[in-house]
Amino acid sequence: MSILSGILFTCGVYLLLQKRLMKVIFGTVLLSHGAHLFILTMGGLRSGAPPILKDGVTTYTDPLPQALILTSIVISFGITSFLLVLAYKAYKTNGTDNLEELRGTDNE
Amino acid sequence: MLHFLIIAPLLFSIFTPILYQNIKRIHTGWMVLLIPISIFVYLLSYLPKIVDHPFHLTFNWLPSLGINYDLYVDGLSILFGLLISGIGSLVVLYSIFYLHKTEKLGHFYTYLLIFMTAMLGIVFSDNVFVFYVFWELTSLSSFLLIGFWNYREKSRYGALKSMLITVLGGLAMFAGFVWMSILTDTSSIREMIENSELITNSPYFIAILILILTGAFTKSAQFPFHIWLPDAMEAPTPVSAYLHSATMVKAGIYLVARLSLIFAGTDEFFIIVSSIGLLTLCWGSYMAVKQTDLKGILAYSTISQLGMIMAMLGFGTGVAVFAAIFHILNHATFKGSLFMVAGIVDHETGTRDIRRLGGLYTLMPITATLAIFGVFSMAGVPLPIFNGFLSKEMFFDATVDLSEEAGTIYQSIGPFIPFIALLGSIFTFVYSMILFFKTFTGKIQLDKLERKPHDPPFGMLLSPIVLVTLIVVIALFPGPFNHYLLTPATSAVMGEVSQTHIKFWHGFYNLPLFMSLTVLVVGIILFLTREKWVRVYNRIPGSWSMNKGYDYILDGLIKGSKLVTTSYMTGSLKNYVRMIIGFMTVVGLYTFIKTDGWAFTFNGATLSIPEIAIAVTMMIAAISVLFISNRIAGILVLGVVGYGLSLLFVFYSAPDLALTQLIVETVTVSLFLLAFYHLPKLKEEKESKTNNFINLVISVSFGIFITLVGLSSHSSKWFDSISSYFVETSYTLGGGNNIVNVILVDMRGLDTMFEISVLGVAALGILALINYKKKGDVE
Repeated sequence: MSILSGILFTCGVYLLLQKRLMKVIFGTVLLSHGAHLFILTMGGLRSGAPPILKDGVTTYTDPLPQALILTSIVISFGITSFLLVLAYKAYKTNGTDNLEELRGTDNE
Repeated sequence: MLHFLIIAPLLFSIFTPILYQNIKRIHTGWMVLLIPISIFVYLLSYLPKIVDHPFHLTFNWLPSLGINYDLYVDGLSILFGLLISGIGSLVVLYSIFYLHKTEKLGHFYTYLLIFMTAMLGIVFSDNVFVFYVFWELTSLSSFLLIGFWNYREKSRYGALKSMLITVLGGLAMFAGFVWMSILTDTSSIREMIENSELITNSPYFIAILILILTGAFTKSAQFPFHIWLPDAMEAPTPVSAYLHSATMVKAGIYLVARLSLIFAGTDEFFIIVSSIGLLTLCWGSYMAVKQTDLKGILAYSTISQLGMIMAMLGFGTGVAVFAAIFHILNHATFKGSLFMVAGIVDHETGTRDIRRLGGLYTLMPITATLAIFGVFSMAGVPLPIFNGFLSKEMFFDATVDLSEEAGTIYQSIGPFIPFIALLGSIFTFVYSMILFFKTFTGKIQLDKLERKPHDPPFGMLLSPIVLVTLIVVIALFPGPFNHYLLTPATSAVMGEVSQTHIKFWHGFYNLPLFMSLTVLVVGIILFLTREKWVRVYNRIPGSWSMNKGYDYILDGLIKGSKLVTTSYMTGSLKNYVRMIIGFMTVVGLYTFIKTDGWAFTFNGATLSIPEIAIAVTMMIAAISVLFISNRIAGILVLGVVGYGLSLLFVFYSAPDLALTQLIVETVTVSLFLLAFYHLPKLKEEKESKTNNFINLVISVSFGIFITLVGLSSHSSKWFDSISSYFVETSYTLGGGNNIVNVILVDMRGLDTMFEISVLGVAALGILALINYKKKGDVE
């Protein structure tokens, strides 16, 4: 699973380095997927019952990473949707989605 | 009382603009004049006491840091204090007549008073850090004064140059001070002197010495830091007379003299200070001959005279130090008067260019007479009515005696020094003659002058007259000056009481007199034949000069930093991401290798076949996103990754996660699809091969790094997870069976609260973005 998250990170970073704004957003989505998987993996993938208390069950999987990921998913969703709208607006305003053309002026 | 007196000018400077604004009838200078005069009188009252008993005063400033506003009053500081306040009074008096009431007098006197405080603070401070504070204050006020006519390009250039150079030296000196105070565990100069062997025996001695001397050399315009002084001549003439001849440029001299008790006696000190001093003496006097501007000549002359004083301090013998102290006093008198004379000439003729001047003797007899005294004193003409002659004679005396000192270094270098001194003095004589004879004798060129010159009002002449009187009085009656000023000052520098008599006349058969006569004869010959040898300046320095070096360095710094900045601040997002990720990877991988993170142990978790299948699907989907150029396909494949992730969550017993991931992925994908129509097409962009390759390398190595960290993190486990606590108390404390939910809303509820606010802010942001319209947009 570490390898999978590594690959997700690879693809995410590669997309981040592209010119098109859309690809960059795709990249962030992949990056957040990779990060969530990474957190889960780090918590240990030992199998156990889902962390819902039930009589007779003694081992549960670690609930803490799950809570963290849950928070993270919601936040990255918020960010992604905001980015999407921002990209849309930037495209409408500037008429391009090429990041190389979206550079600031020289005086900055 | 002295504490207050030192900051009195600073306090008064607050009122000068108010006085200037409200009292228009009287020249502001008259009111300012009171301050230096009262300081001068007060310091005079110390004189009888100081002869035998130096004392110190203290005033707590930062006692917890051991930094106190300590003052030390001995012969050396009193001498400088009197120079500062005395010449300060004369300069203020002179400036009253020199500067018209239409100038920004409020500014001028404020700066001048700040400078006066700074200078008094330097010479009386016992604490090195307080010393440094005042030191930088002189740099600052000098900067303000040089740039007084700030509408002139050259004034601004000169001010900036002097600021950069003196502050550079000031910072070096500060480093030296910090070092010294660490070594001796005190910041008081007196206590440092008492523990001087701690400094001289430390392995860092040379570094400290060079740092401190850099400060002294930049301030006192020693080679090669002398270049700021000629450009500082853009300041109003009273400022040049005060700062750049009599006081500020002697701050470095004061520093060297003050710390002589620590450094003197070591070979390094002797070599550095003497050689730089002699080099400055010769270079300054040589370059002065080339100048055509009166103030330019005087500036180089100041440089050379300061070099001479510095060299004598470097010699460190009794007679040399005495001569140095004596020359400090003499130089202040004659150079101050010469600057004022130059100012008068400028004021009366409208030019300072000696090629346009000449024959002013008949028109300005008083000024010319004053100039004679100053110039001949500076040249060291062997007549006992010029104080410069007496100190120059002692200078020769000191150089001749040097080879008789004990110590191999003295004996090996000593014999050459009189010849170098002779060379410098000959050129000194030549430029002094040029200064006088080109200005006041010869043919007058009235057509080249702006107005018909005549002697200025008496008030303007008053200050130079006082200084010239001093020249003669010091020369004729050196006894009292010696007793009250010079001997205590020499004792302060040498650390022992020494009595030297100033002799008018050495008798016929002695070397110094013979040397003075040589200077006179050779100087006259050189002056008369100067047309013939003036071409030598085309060869040395020729096109090569220190100024060009300075400009080159400054230019290079600006260009270089621009180059560096533009090389990485490209404005391209891609490059920044590359740098961030690349840096993270390099540092991370380096740490990984350095800490030996290779030990992987696989425990417990085994992968089942469905898990592997899902993982492989996700990998393929993720990689294919890279190559898809159809946007709807891209969105859908991205969705595959998300749904795969939620499936994995199912496998790893995370029902809430799976649920959320499923919903969020659905919403995200539908959002993408919603915006689909408005979004740009994913056109295949042309990227160069190398760019693609770099991107690939960066992203792959980052992925590898993450994988390695993930793998190795399992291998080391130092303590148990705290999750068992959550499992145990979820029901008893939280009252819920779903542990994840209890964590989210009960145990770590704060996270959830802010996560909600994140969503809210995102929603508001989106709303604002959509509603935002540019001005003039019509919809």
